[in-house]
Formats: sequence, structure tokens, C-alpha cells
Amino acid sequence: MAKVTPVRIMNRESIKLALNRICHEIIERNKGIEKIVIIGIRTRGAILAERVAKILGKIGKKKVPVGIMDITLYRDDIQDKLDQPLVQKTEILFDIADKVVILVDDVLYTGRTVRAALDAIIDFGRPRAIQLAVLMDRGLRELPIRADYVGRDLPTSYSERVEVHLKEENGVDEVIIDRSGRGGV
Amino acid sequence: MSLQIRHLLGLEGVSADDINLILDTTISFKEILARKIPKVPTLRGVTVVNLFYESSTRTRISFELAEKRLSADTVNFSTSSSSVAKGESLKDTVWNIEAMKIDIVVIRHQAAGAPHYLSTCCKSTIINAGDGAHEHPTQALLDMYTIREKYGHIEGLKVVIVGDIKHSRVARSNIWGLLTMGAEVAVCGPPTLLPVEMEKFGVAVYDDLDKALQGADVVNVLRIQKERQQAGLLPSLREYSRYYGITHDRLKNLNEDFTIMHPGPMNRGVEISSEVAEGPYSVILPQVANGVAVRMALLYLLSGGRGKVDEE
Repeated sequence: MAKVTPVRIMNRESIKLALNRICHEIIERNKGIEKIVIIGIRTRGAILAERVAKILGKIGKKKVPVGIMDITLYRDDIQDKLDQPLVQKTEILFDIADKVVILVDDVLYTGRTVRAALDAIIDFGRPRAIQLAVLMDRGLRELPIRADYVGRDLPTSYSERVEVHLKEENGVDEVIIDRSGRGGV
Repeated sequence: MSLQIRHLLGLEGVSADDINLILDTTISFKEILARKIPKVPTLRGVTVVNLFYESSTRTRISFELAEKRLSADTVNFSTSSSSVAKGESLKDTVWNIEAMKIDIVVIRHQAAGAPHYLSTCCKSTIINAGDGAHEHPTQALLDMYTIREKYGHIEGLKVVIVGDIKHSRVARSNIWGLLTMGAEVAVCGPPTLLPVEMEKFGVAVYDDLDKALQGADVVNVLRIQKERQQAGLLPSLREYSRYYGITHDRLKNLNEDFTIMHPGPMNRGVEISSEVAEGPYSVILPQVANGVAVRMALLYLLSGGRGKVDEE
């Protein structure tokens, strides 16, 4: 097979536009940001959550609480793994009872991470609603889960690899699809 | 990222990487305990048996809470109400329990080496919850976590362990762990309660408490085991208290920002005065609280990689 070069499907500008649009959709749907709290899934979801909170705060002129969640302990494959994944800290320093939780992740794929995050959120209290925002939806769901806010909707195949690079972590904002056949997120 | 060890039999020989991984993971579990619902589903389907051949309050409750907060199934076993009273051997007891499909055995036993022996003859993961005068590794881990939580590091601190070093498994586990982590360790007690050739561990040995406390950061006060009074190792508790009891007047030689620890249960007025035990520098209750988080981290880390072992 000929060598396939990775394709960049989102760049700095399109990521920025997508996040801005998502924020406006959040405000439209929830009629403001009064009850909104943001929770990002480690690691890149947490970075995106910070950005979303910042944009929402700027538009709504009010600070939006933002937390970080590590879903390792809620995974459904934890006992199949050879190595125990490293557990990182969850930091949700606000009450979520009766709030609208915007759960943020980078890529929506099988839906298993989101399933784990939903369970984890419920252990913190009973929110009024949970809505899901993702930078990219690549399809291939294994659970009945969908996103409420999507930056880029692009069906992919299992053999393709989607890589999200963010400035805070990789020094550059981009989403890349690698079709060389390794699969994964 | 995984532990090198498969059982926790003691801290002797456990690497600094392993200890750091356990202590780092504890930070995450401590956060869980502060949640509205302090429970995660991680160890669903894992069965843990708590095999206590000796009495225990803190350690037993702490392990049981840690297991329950990880959603493991727990079975409790104490010798008084079991077939051990009928003369069943340790190995037979564990084999029989194992036949009912268990994954992890937490064992406290009066004989040093009992957990090690079990690890050679059964398939389960073994965690030592105290064996004779040998080791009590989870106590030392929670002590180290408590120290690290306060100072941000363990390396370079001077830790003095005071009391009955000879009979103390807490002292031995702390010595191994602290030395591995780069602390300076001293022990202090009456010569009758200090093991011979203790220096060979790499610790400083004192029988004068004021000298031992000079420049120390952490004082870990051990319980005087009253049950060993009959052996004639101590003239009287009053005399012990006068020479080795940690009272307010003794604290002047310590470094600023010092810490007082005690593994419990305390004999107030013997090895530690009430004033010191309840002082602002005392972390005795935080130690107990941290114990649950440390044991959760340990159970989580040790329950990984079981598939790997079965393949071999």
C-alpha cells in the first residue's frame, strides 16, 4: 500500500470558530449561562473545557465554573487491561446539584468514555441536565450516546486514527486524520 | 504504569518508584472520599477477604472501607468465630476460602512471615496488614503519605521513631520505606526495647530522647505495648513516661514546622501527653483519614495485571 500522509481536517482558526459556535448554541439552548457549569474529561477535554468556559464567560459577562474529571475508575475495561491506568485527580470544586452540566471532550468515538463520565457525574450530585459538547464526532458508536454540540462531524473508519493537538499540550491547535491503518483516537 | 510488586508483603525491597506510584495514586483517591457519594465502581466483581488473626480496629475498618468504596465484595474473617478455633491450619483456611473464588487476601497474623508464606502457596494477591513484629506496610505508606502531604516531599527530612522499636512492625516498615524515599531516620527508646545492631539498617540509634529530637522534622511515637510489660523490659510505665514520653516540654529541640505522628491506639499520658496528641502539629487523625485513601490506591494498583499472570 502506498504511504498515506495524515490529513489535517481542522486548524487553529476552524477550532476557534467551532468552539465559538458551540458556546453560542449552549447559550441559545439554555437561555443564558445562569445554571451552566463545565466539566472537561482529562486530558484534552479539560483543556477544551477551560476554553469553552472562558468564551462563555466573555459572552455572558459572568464567570462559569469549570472542573476536570478523570474517568479511569469508571472504565468498563479496567479489569481487562494488563497495566492499571494511572489515576489522575478529579477537580470539581462546585456543587452540581440542579445545574446544567456541559460535559466536554475532544473526540466522540465509541461513547464508552462518555458513559463512564455520566456515571461519575451522578456520584457528585443530581444535576438538572447533562449536555455533551465535543470538538469532533467521528462516528462508530458502541453505545446509544450522542452529542448535543459538535464542532466537526466526520464519519471515519476503525482503521483511521484521529489526533487532536492543542496548543496547551502540543504547542499547536489542529485535528489530524491518519489513514495509515493503526486505528485509535 | 504498574507496580513491580504483585503482593504487598512488606516495604523491605519495594522500590522508590512503586512507593511513589502508590502515594501519587492516593491523591486521586483522597478526592473521591470528599465527594457526595464517596464510592467508585472500579473493583466490581473483585472479592477481597479480610483475614484477621489478631485484633485490630483502625486497620480492619480502614481496609473494609477502602474495599467497599471501590465496590469490591468483602468477606470478613476473625479467628474467634471460625474453624481456626477447631485447629484448621492457615494454608487450609486460605485454600478453602480461595476455592470460593476470591482475588485478594488482606491478612493480619501474629506470626512474622505469614503473608509471605501465603504468597508462596496460593494464587490470590496478598496484602500484609501486620505480621508479628515484622512489618505493617500499609501503616508506613499512610505515614509517608501524611508526611508528603504536609511537606511536599520525604527526601531530606529527619524522622525520629520513638518507643518500643524491638516489637514494632510499624517501626520496621517505616524504616524501610523512609530510607528508600531518602529520609534521615533515627530510632529512640530504652536500650531494652532497641534491637541489637540496629545501626546496620542505616538508622541512627539513641537512648537519650532530647538528643534524638535535636533537629528532627517528624516524630513518630509508637505505642508502648502494655501486654509486653510482664517481660521485665521496662521498670515501670511511669519511668518510661518520664524518659521517653513526648510532652510539650520535649518539643523545643525540634525543627520549626514539626509534626507529631502516632499509629494508634494511644496510651495517653504514657508515650504521649494529651496536650501533644491534640496539639496543632499533631496529624494523628489525618493519618487515620489518609489510611483509607492509601489502601484504596493500593487495592486498585494491585488488582491490575491479573490477566498477565494467568497467561504465564
